[in-house]
Amino acid sequence: MQFATGSSPHLAGPQSVTRVMALVLLALVPGTLAMLWYFGWGLLINLAIAVITAVVAEAAILLLRGRPVAATLIDLSAVVTAWLLALALPPLLPWWQTVLGTTFAIVIAKQLFGGIGFNPFNPAMAGYVLLLVSFPVTMTRWLPPEVLSGNLPSLADSLHMIFSGTPPAGQTWDVISGATPLDQMRTELSQNRMISEIHKSPLWGDFGGRGWEWVGNWFLLGGLFMIWRRVISWRIPASMLGALLLVAGLFWAIDPETHPFPAFHLFSGGAILGAFFIATDPVSASTTPRGQLIYGALIGVLVFIIRTWGGYPDAVAFSVLLLNMAAPTIDYYTQPRIFGQRKSNDA
Amino acid sequence: MADARKDWSFHGGVHLDDHKAESTGQPVRRLPIPDRLTLPLHQHIGLSAEPVVRVGDLVKKGQLVAQASDYVSASIHAPTSGRVVGIGPQAVPHPSGLYDACIVIESDGKDAWTDLPEPMTDYATLPTADLRERIRWAGIVGLGGAAFPTAVKVNTSGQRPIDTLVINAAECEPYITCDDMLMREQAADVVEGIGILRHLVGARQCLIGIEDNKPEAAEALRQALSTKADTGTEVVVIPTLYPSGGEKQLIRLLTGREVPSHGLPAAVGVLCQNVATAVAVADAVLRGRPLIERVITVTGRGVRQPGNFRVAIGSAADFVIAQSGGYSDAVRQLILGGPMMGFAMQHDQVPVTKATNCLLAAAQDEVPAHPAERPCIRCGECVKVCPAQLLPQQIFWHARAHDFDKAQDYHLFDCIECGCCAYVCPAHIPLVHYYRFAKTEIWAQEREREKSDLARRRHEARVARIERLEQERKARLRQKKEALEQKSGESAADPKKAAIEAAMRRVAAKKAAQPPEPETPGGE
Ligand code: SF4
Ligand code: SF4
Repeated sequence: MQFATGSSPHLAGPQSVTRVMALVLLALVPGTLAMLWYFGWGLLINLAIAVITAVVAEAAILLLRGRPVAATLIDLSAVVTAWLLALALPPLLPWWQTVLGTTFAIVIAKQLFGGIGFNPFNPAMAGYVLLLVSFPVTMTRWLPPEVLSGNLPSLADSLHMIFSGTPPAGQTWDVISGATPLDQMRTELSQNRMISEIHKSPLWGDFGGRGWEWVGNWFLLGGLFMIWRRVISWRIPASMLGALLLVAGLFWAIDPETHPFPAFHLFSGGAILGAFFIATDPVSASTTPRGQLIYGALIGVLVFIIRTWGGYPDAVAFSVLLLNMAAPTIDYYTQPRIFGQRKSNDA
Repeated sequence: MADARKDWSFHGGVHLDDHKAESTGQPVRRLPIPDRLTLPLHQHIGLSAEPVVRVGDLVKKGQLVAQASDYVSASIHAPTSGRVVGIGPQAVPHPSGLYDACIVIESDGKDAWTDLPEPMTDYATLPTADLRERIRWAGIVGLGGAAFPTAVKVNTSGQRPIDTLVINAAECEPYITCDDMLMREQAADVVEGIGILRHLVGARQCLIGIEDNKPEAAEALRQALSTKADTGTEVVVIPTLYPSGGEKQLIRLLTGREVPSHGLPAAVGVLCQNVATAVAVADAVLRGRPLIERVITVTGRGVRQPGNFRVAIGSAADFVIAQSGGYSDAVRQLILGGPMMGFAMQHDQVPVTKATNCLLAAAQDEVPAHPAERPCIRCGECVKVCPAQLLPQQIFWHARAHDFDKAQDYHLFDCIECGCCAYVCPAHIPLVHYYRFAKTEIWAQEREREKSDLARRRHEARVARIERLEQERKARLRQKKEALEQKSGESAADPKKAAIEAAMRRVAAKKAAQPPEPETPGGE
């Protein structure tokens, strides 16, 4: 009698890459819904454009490289990349810029390096940074959250703006769009205004930018869900947000009139989304337990530095990409003590 | 003292469905002895045993047929009476379907014993060397699967004194229940074996580590211990978590001590033995019996009647399965050992050896085909479960790239091949397969290097010899030349001075001609 062979272990657990990615997508849902609520249709349209672009681009490249298409697409990693990128884009970004950014993320940042598992940089952030440096005007043209403007553009107006790149008849971009809280903070601080004055602006909510703070909370919920389901470890988000809070708190304590309250850093812009969903991208992040703490903390510190003294209002993308470069080195020097190895002969 | 023992844990591990109930419903059944028994000469760690019988010889049950050929080796005895009908290569249990030297015995159906050595019931008064010799004679090896010669393992002289004997009764692999059944049915023998082992190595205490999914076995052991006035032996129930039965993991669980990387348990004062080995030791010492049979589990949905069976070593797997009820239609794989560390056989015409603890005839849904391998997403799941606390994904990365030095930097050789990493990997990477490949490659390279080292040393020696001969030849030549010069220069200014100089030169030349200092011919 002949039997099937194969090497041990002969058992396999229930996990798969698809399952991991599906859990990430699930965790993104509450925060995404909150963003839709505050910023309207534009985000949904971006999301659709990005996801379709990502899937098509990935399929095309896989065909070119002669790799199995369906087996790879099913891992959902392209969808996750597109989704994260779409969340970071201004809701009314011209459609072709979204397409360009997504294509860059999938083709250059992911597939040219060998596809999932081989990309040294977080593809979504690579796409985001490309767009930010290429199209600084459209990339900083955010909508004010619904709580401020009272009326978001209709679906038809959103479609019109995204696909024509022009505001609806009789309106100007200045009327429709608004700065993000981080942007506003930078601009006003650079005009030597005091935090206490800036805070009187209706842009500010209880602990961050209005609207933004709630988006942050919902992403936090998704992040905690991922930690609970062991999709990510607590180390990177905790160390990143912890370090950001610590440094921000330090400067705030020294001079509260020129440095915003630490919670502002957490709940405005992409800190929460970045900490739970972007910095934790396993492929490009550090993988040793101690390494993850260092990696997260350095991202947190960099975010503060770039936000405070750098040329761009938000800094999560740059910080993550910079630390992606350092991740292999961090891993090498933070190898855990193995079983039966004394602390003293740690390499 | 014993009650104050702390509960320790080890890093990682995975929870698995234990599938033990399938094979523990019936008592251990003795299977008949087959017409043919095939005894591999190499069924233990170390050198192959050396046959001491010839084809055509008649042998009795328990008679020595192959002798341990080295310190690390193990003797083999005839499991029944009959005739030696062949000594030569036969299919042996090996993942690649290897053939290896075996002694084949045809049973005469009488099952007649040879004369056995005297029982050593008064072992406590005997020199430990005599006890070790008996264990060595009996051909006992670790029966948990490792098959390391027990006589070598219990010889702890020259090492740190052993204070703790750890008995491995964890049986953490799913499906396997032979130790469980042995403990339920032969608890008294286990306790006797423990007594001998403790005496042998002078262990002050003995800890029996048993997973909490075997309450009957634990109870049986406690019972047996309470009737013997045995103090210092304790049954320690540990949580069911694979691989708690890994030697280093179990020692950590029971004592909190960490066996050093690349070190032996003796380095932390521990000797670890499997329960079934303890019973074999009791059989050898107290009953004078060699190791010629063992209990194995036959299980999985691929067989009709899962259970535990006492079989003669050398019985073919197909015979064992047929005798125990035969295959069911669902059978897809035949695994020797458990589903995590056992290996899949291509066919069933291989003998049961001393190391065989389980024949798992698995159905499709029990061991599904491996899903296609995907790239590593560096999720770190493998790191979380690795009981050796390694970074499996990094070892994999370098092993795949054939960068074996780097793989070793990441402690490839500390990997115990437990398979936890591959089990949890969402990318379905057969990680252990890569590690085995890397280890084999490194061993091959090392052998190559040793060979070339030897060749280089030989070459260097040869060059040095030629050099020396050449120097000697030159020195002789110079001597001759000088002698000639001397003659022709005799008439020169000061004959006396010249004579002295010539003598000096001769001495120098003579010295130079001596082989040990070839570099200074003539002292120039
Ligand atoms: S579990 Fe698999 S995919 Fe995840 S890091 Fe380990 S090897 Fe890579
Ligand atoms: S097989 Fe090796 S690397 Fe994998 S979990 Fe076990 S010890 Fe760790």
